[in-house]
Amino acid sequence: MTDLTDKAGAVAPPDRLGPMARREMGLAYGMLLPTFAIVLAIVLGPLLANFWISFKPVGLGDLRPAALFVNERLRGDLDEPGATARLEYRLRNSSQDKVIHAAGFTDTLPEGLTVTGQPDERCKVTDSVITCFLGDIEPRHRETIAIEVTADEGYIANPVSPRDSEAQSSGTSDNILTNFDFTLENFSRIFSSSDFWSVLRVTLYYTIFGTAGALVVGLFAAQLLNTAFKGRSILRGLFLFPYVAPVIAVAFTWIVLLDPFSGTLNSILRQMDVIDGPINFFGQRSVPLNLFGLTIDFPVALSTVIAFEAWRYFPLSFLFILARMQSLSSEMYEAAEIDGATPLQQFWYISLPQLVGILAVLFLLRFIWTFNKFDDIFLLTGGAAGTRTLTVDVYEQAFAVSNLGAGAAVAVVVFVVLLLFSLVFFKYSPKDEG
Amino acid sequence: MRIGTGFFSGIVIGAIWGLVWMVVIAITFMLVSGAITRPPVGAAVLAGAGAGALLTVIDPERRTPGLQIGAVALIVIVLAVATLGAPLGLPLSAVPAYQIVAIAAIVGMIWLSVSYCTKGISGGRLSRYHLEVVFIRLMKGLGLVFFTVLVALPFYVMVMTSLKSQQSLIANPLDFSLDFAQGPAGLFRSYIELFSNYHFGTFLTNSAIVSVATVIITLFFAVPGAYAVARLRFPGQAFLSQSILLIYMVPAIVLVIPLYAAFSQLGLRNTLTGLMIVYPATTIPVALYMLQGYFRGIPSELEEAGLMDGLTRIGVILKITLPLSLPALASVALYVFMIAWNEFLFAFMFLDNVDIFTLSRGVVSLNSSEVPRQHLMAGAVVATIPVLVIFLWFERFLVSGLTAGSVKG
Repeated sequence: MTDLTDKAGAVAPPDRLGPMARREMGLAYGMLLPTFAIVLAIVLGPLLANFWISFKPVGLGDLRPAALFVNERLRGDLDEPGATARLEYRLRNSSQDKVIHAAGFTDTLPEGLTVTGQPDERCKVTDSVITCFLGDIEPRHRETIAIEVTADEGYIANPVSPRDSEAQSSGTSDNILTNFDFTLENFSRIFSSSDFWSVLRVTLYYTIFGTAGALVVGLFAAQLLNTAFKGRSILRGLFLFPYVAPVIAVAFTWIVLLDPFSGTLNSILRQMDVIDGPINFFGQRSVPLNLFGLTIDFPVALSTVIAFEAWRYFPLSFLFILARMQSLSSEMYEAAEIDGATPLQQFWYISLPQLVGILAVLFLLRFIWTFNKFDDIFLLTGGAAGTRTLTVDVYEQAFAVSNLGAGAAVAVVVFVVLLLFSLVFFKYSPKDEG
Repeated sequence: MRIGTGFFSGIVIGAIWGLVWMVVIAITFMLVSGAITRPPVGAAVLAGAGAGALLTVIDPERRTPGLQIGAVALIVIVLAVATLGAPLGLPLSAVPAYQIVAIAAIVGMIWLSVSYCTKGISGGRLSRYHLEVVFIRLMKGLGLVFFTVLVALPFYVMVMTSLKSQQSLIANPLDFSLDFAQGPAGLFRSYIELFSNYHFGTFLTNSAIVSVATVIITLFFAVPGAYAVARLRFPGQAFLSQSILLIYMVPAIVLVIPLYAAFSQLGLRNTLTGLMIVYPATTIPVALYMLQGYFRGIPSELEEAGLMDGLTRIGVILKITLPLSLPALASVALYVFMIAWNEFLFAFMFLDNVDIFTLSRGVVSLNSSEVPRQHLMAGAVVATIPVLVIFLWFERFLVSGLTAGSVKG
């Protein structure tokens, strides 16, 4: 035994890669390079950039860089050769709070106009081109630069407005995204707001119940279609519809279907005498329920959104569970049948243990995806009526309140919570499956 | 003839089926015909229970076709008597054609379900095994009805709303009967409106361009990558094949703010090109993962033979690997197409100009109080049909690709 291992050790390849292996490695990296590049640029880069932005005091408006606005006009009448007029350049820093560095502008004079007076000392005139260097311009700064011009015969014969040649302004301003100003204000703002913890709680409810709902419903649906019968393949196709159809289509359909005034579901329930008045499924935060003398606030909108989640994503778990069930060997069931096991016992003691692996994998995947989900709630309720999850909060902070930094800070929270979940899952999930 | 748990379970099963079929079919009747009624659920429960009792009181081997006819007759009689001759709660003269079909369906389905559930079940005391068999039959039947209604109802409402007008929907939200007298131009008014006034032709083209481009770019990137991970040996190969899917777990909402900022400054934000960069980046990891699983399943001897005969690696991929993996390529292409077609978040954040809207973005713009609801639903139908047609066409590919390629159970 020891001999064998020694021998194997002796003929084991050296650590250094041979030329063939190195060529293979080069080829492999070459083939993976495009994938690396695009994933780095569009996924990993932005992921890091999001951390960067979360420490920045940046709003939606800061994405437009500060610019020098130049507005020119001619003051005075140029009605005869030799007449003079003032050419005025009105300058304005468009930004409320940013300095423009090395600002300036250039403009071309119309044919037939010449600069006669002493121009502003910051300006130079060469041929018919005026170039001005203004240095740094303070935020909200306005000023006017005037230049005296004289017209000759050519201009009087063929007057051209000086505005026809637009003044080109130049200058750089500090880009808040690339400088090194950092702040913790985004995080302190979101953690101190009273909403945040309720948003976190809603997210957890939504994720846990949405995931569990989709799994349980999918498991049930898979049991139904596991035995062969006429029309099974049609039903299987039908059951996949909610997952395949675009989210905008099904979300708006649910809104129309559940509308409190003209929705079909409310009409049906009222027609069947199940409810007295219409239920505002997506608009009502909660309704008091009396259970055995205990009054609890039942969250209506959140439950509806969770039901939508289960409805839309049960097909995925259904598909995987069905595929797994069809690959189970029938022998065990035959043996159990002979031993007198009842159908429910067969399910509980034979089917379910063999499905645990796929169920765990599906739970992990669906949990993460549900946690990441933005579209569904955004389209159904817009985060109103107690359904605002972390992902909707990212949108609200960044684009509704126009505070990109705060939105990025919430996104950081999303990512960190997700990372924690994943670590816990990978630590405790069954190792051999998936 | 024995009276025991079998008999009682027959009664309970009959009652449940009576309730379920009366509710389901009466509502379908109301939606299709536009008539309004309050279904006599109690009578149907009674009729179903009676049929269940009649079938289980006779031993299974003596349930002749004559007895089955008797059960049907019993359902009809109980239904008629208990409702005083109005089995749907309406006088028979109102929408008679629809009523007759609905009543026949109720009677037929109650009988079919009860007789299926009690097949081979005697009326005497049942063993636990047989009790569970009955219970599972009932649950499976109810489950099929429940799931079919659950999935079909929203899609039915979506299509029918798009063919109705706002006034008639507000007047009676249950009335989905179609008025064929107005001719096809009247029936498809919303669709004509969408394509002539709301630029839906452009949206459709934009969505098609973006989705097809995403599929092509994704395959172009993922095929070599997947081949490398599946076949070539290099440091980090095992790590890559395991962890590439993690990229797919990164929430899109975390990427939106930096991409919004960067694309705004690069001038890519309000363009279809921007989408064609972002979409492939999110689909490539999945495509790579699915493809490498499939490539591993192709016998490597085939490729080695190709190499021996003087093909280069690229030649092997093009002439041997790809032709053999056409089914996988098709399923990956479909999956990516569906992701790109259905994508909402980035289309919503990036696109401002109406003439470059994709369908997702375009339908959202219909969600305002100024646009009638049937237009919104027509937009939803337009967005759904292409992807649903493709899905039904290639369902087999897609299902096998999804389950076999991505997660091995």
